[in-house]
Amino acid sequence: MYTPHTDDEIRAMLAEIGAPSLEVLSSPPRGLEIKESLGLPPALPEAEAYAHLKALADKNDAARKISFLGAGAYRHYQPPAVPWFAMRSEFLTAYTPYQAEASQGSLQAIFEWQTYVCLLTGMDVSNASLYDGATALVEGVIMAMHANGRKRVLVSQAVHPMYRAVLATYAAGMGLEVIEMPYNAAGVTDLSRGADHARGASCVVVQSPNFFGCIEDVAASSKLAHDDDAVSISVTAEALSLGVLKTPRESGADIALGEAQSFGLPVGYGGPYVGFIASTKEHVRRLPGRLVGETTDVDGRRAFVLTLQGREQHIRRELATSNICTNQALCALIATVYLATVGATGLRSIATTNLRRARELSDALTSITGFSRAFATPVFNEFCLRTPVPAEQLVKALERRGILAGLPLSRFYPELTHHLLICATELTTSDDIRHLNSALAEETSRAVAVV
Amino acid sequence: MPSLLFEQGAPGRGNTFVANPGAPSRYLDASLLRSELPLPDHAEIEVARHFTELSHRNFSVDTNFYPLGSCTMKYNPKLNEAVAAFPGFTDLHPFAPDAGAQGALHLLWDMERSLSALFGMTEFSLMPAAGAHGEITAMLMAKKYFTQTGQGARNLCLVPDTAHGTNPASAAMVGYRVVSIPSTSRGRTDVAALKSKLDGATAVCMMTNPNTLGLFEDDIIDITKAVHAAGGLMYYDGANANAIVGLVRPGDMGFDLLHLNLHKTFSVPHGGGGPGSGPVGANAKLAKYLPKPIVIRNGDGSFALNWERASSIGPVRGFWSHFLAVVRAYAYIIVHGEEGLRRNSQLAVLNANYVRAKIKDVLTVPYDDFCRHEFVCSAETLKKETGVRALDLAKGLLDAGIHAPTMYWPHVVPECLMIEPTETETRETLDNFSATIHALVKQAHDDPTSMAELPLHTPVRRVDEAHVGRQANKGIGLRWQPK
Repeated sequence: MYTPHTDDEIRAMLAEIGAPSLEVLSSPPRGLEIKESLGLPPALPEAEAYAHLKALADKNDAARKISFLGAGAYRHYQPPAVPWFAMRSEFLTAYTPYQAEASQGSLQAIFEWQTYVCLLTGMDVSNASLYDGATALVEGVIMAMHANGRKRVLVSQAVHPMYRAVLATYAAGMGLEVIEMPYNAAGVTDLSRGADHARGASCVVVQSPNFFGCIEDVAASSKLAHDDDAVSISVTAEALSLGVLKTPRESGADIALGEAQSFGLPVGYGGPYVGFIASTKEHVRRLPGRLVGETTDVDGRRAFVLTLQGREQHIRRELATSNICTNQALCALIATVYLATVGATGLRSIATTNLRRARELSDALTSITGFSRAFATPVFNEFCLRTPVPAEQLVKALERRGILAGLPLSRFYPELTHHLLICATELTTSDDIRHLNSALAEETSRAVAVV
Repeated sequence: MPSLLFEQGAPGRGNTFVANPGAPSRYLDASLLRSELPLPDHAEIEVARHFTELSHRNFSVDTNFYPLGSCTMKYNPKLNEAVAAFPGFTDLHPFAPDAGAQGALHLLWDMERSLSALFGMTEFSLMPAAGAHGEITAMLMAKKYFTQTGQGARNLCLVPDTAHGTNPASAAMVGYRVVSIPSTSRGRTDVAALKSKLDGATAVCMMTNPNTLGLFEDDIIDITKAVHAAGGLMYYDGANANAIVGLVRPGDMGFDLLHLNLHKTFSVPHGGGGPGSGPVGANAKLAKYLPKPIVIRNGDGSFALNWERASSIGPVRGFWSHFLAVVRAYAYIIVHGEEGLRRNSQLAVLNANYVRAKIKDVLTVPYDDFCRHEFVCSAETLKKETGVRALDLAKGLLDAGIHAPTMYWPHVVPECLMIEPTETETRETLDNFSATIHALVKQAHDDPTSMAELPLHTPVRRVDEAHVGRQANKGIGLRWQPK
């Protein structure tokens, strides 16, 4: 297929090697050979493989529907310049930039990404990227544990449920104790309930905007953490919000982490995305994974190079700060090209458009009888809509009408049966909102009539 | 030298992406808003020139031979890129209803079945994001298995001294104490030493096969039997799976758990350091601990995400998989089929042995056997004779437009160069590489001092790593700072 060898070349190469055949050269020790067919379908010619994959892609109707889904994966405009430059072969098919002389392009791009993350979060230092927001949370918690030796994690229930589930997976294996702080009637973390457990905690974790879309009081959770020398961790699942909202650093966080999928990456059925992590200077040696620093070469020219590798697994093995090796370099590059392309002016106006669309959507939907905002707290681009009939039922009915109305919160919060998490971005049109509005009104009256 | 993005641009430059929404303070109280947003504004042409220039300062598989051992830098077919960009895949939300995501779920299901068949496992999770993520996933599964079977006290992880650094790092994350197992003079794991470390505390033995010296662990059945007899689990690090696809299956060697690197073996581009994809496979005993959700096929032939797995360790990342990476690897599998994949592994072994045969008269190849998909050689003799190190040879290769091999690892071979040509390289490329090595060794003998100057023609030359490290320790030099 993609191998260049002719039969003559194979014969000549075998002769050079002194091996009788490809089989002799490559077979495992006797007894371990695969003896029968493994049952994979026969190879497809490239044109047929393309058509087969096109058919599979086309079967995903949901990719074409009007969508109000957010919940940690956001549909945003991707300027065509972003993939055009980020997907150049020289970036796409390079390896991790261990050889500085042969990798200045990738290294400088990572340095620029680290800078963007610092500028957006207000932090001092950042790394080359992490797998996603959920694993970034795990890495942040590990940093805190290394900082103070404590093993209790205080985390808000309004942090993305999948992030908390991933944290629970790791915590079980690492012997961490995770205590969840409940949310209150305003849809934000009830820190007073957390205060009972704050003593002896390693870190306090809140997400803002939180899973319900509500903007949290990160300054208050930072104070709770700092009152007992714990680390304040601020999670951002919708990175676009950093374009307008107060920075984690301004709110006293020590570690800011989250998901930057919104910066030019497609929702892509869940990945790959790009996790980010940033901290104050004092935690720099505890950062996980790769870091790029600025230096000079022997001729005095500015150069970039991987640094502080003494923290990393390939040097320090079992004493490394994290086991991470491959990260999300290309995704971080896409985000970097995105941020360069939109700039401060573009980012602010796109983020503000999200505020505006969410306001429009909220105004339209709460005008329907029986619908209201579940929580009064201000939001960025998504919010929790209280529905007169179970949200799950409405979502199913709207699916049949070609609309993905959002995420029924009962999926992760059994007590929130009449609660729909719904998102508007700059891609949401007034027509989309009108369609949703009339469909919701009709399906609700139908459901109520049946009752 | 391209300036940094932050040293370019001017406020107000750039395209208009959305209609002017007014100030954010129209929608939110000023107390919630950031005080400043200190990012540069660029015209699109500045972005174009900047990133195109950066791209010219990189080696890559599409521009250079990249014989980087243990990294499998094979050609990345462009079919993969085209299909991963289909809107039916890119625009699909992870919370889309299963009924509207049948194509994606079908693909994931097919992929899971194919990997299980190819590697002799009962079931795979496609959730892990990269190889090291697969390793920690498997360690979490092992730990849960031992806890649930009343053997929670087992806490030793045996790792050969040739293993990747991620192995001990992953084991340590779940609290396992790492026991290093030495290699023999044949470049294989010392079975007697390994057996002497086995006891009731043994949890897992992590092995790479072929190992990182490019040699098949021919005592593997003896090893897996001994570890199992001691009550331990066998873990297969799939970093070197490119040597074995369609030829031998880890399941048949006795492994209980494994991870693959779709970005190595299955041609997903490395992207300058990710994203990868690190599926984890498990045998019948361990499959129930795999992360959830996993795709299932219902009785009516439809596909669904299944969350009903009571013994699962839980999810290991935010959503279901690095889906667009899996799409690329799936494209690679269906255009090759079983025969094509086997052929690729055979040709990978052929190419490695060919280079080995061509350079063994100028660099020491410490092990006599044919290698698998990669091999190591040593510049120790050269260093003794001339003072020129493996590092200098590697830097000389860069001047010839060839990426350096992996160096100084595994540690058991001094002045080590680890060479993995992959199956997609032409004989001409391999001949050119061998000739370049010969020329560099000759230069080392003729004019050894000149070698320390190399490279001369790369965008930058050797860099000062010590200075940046000292600064970085203080949190300085890791980002652009305004003057």
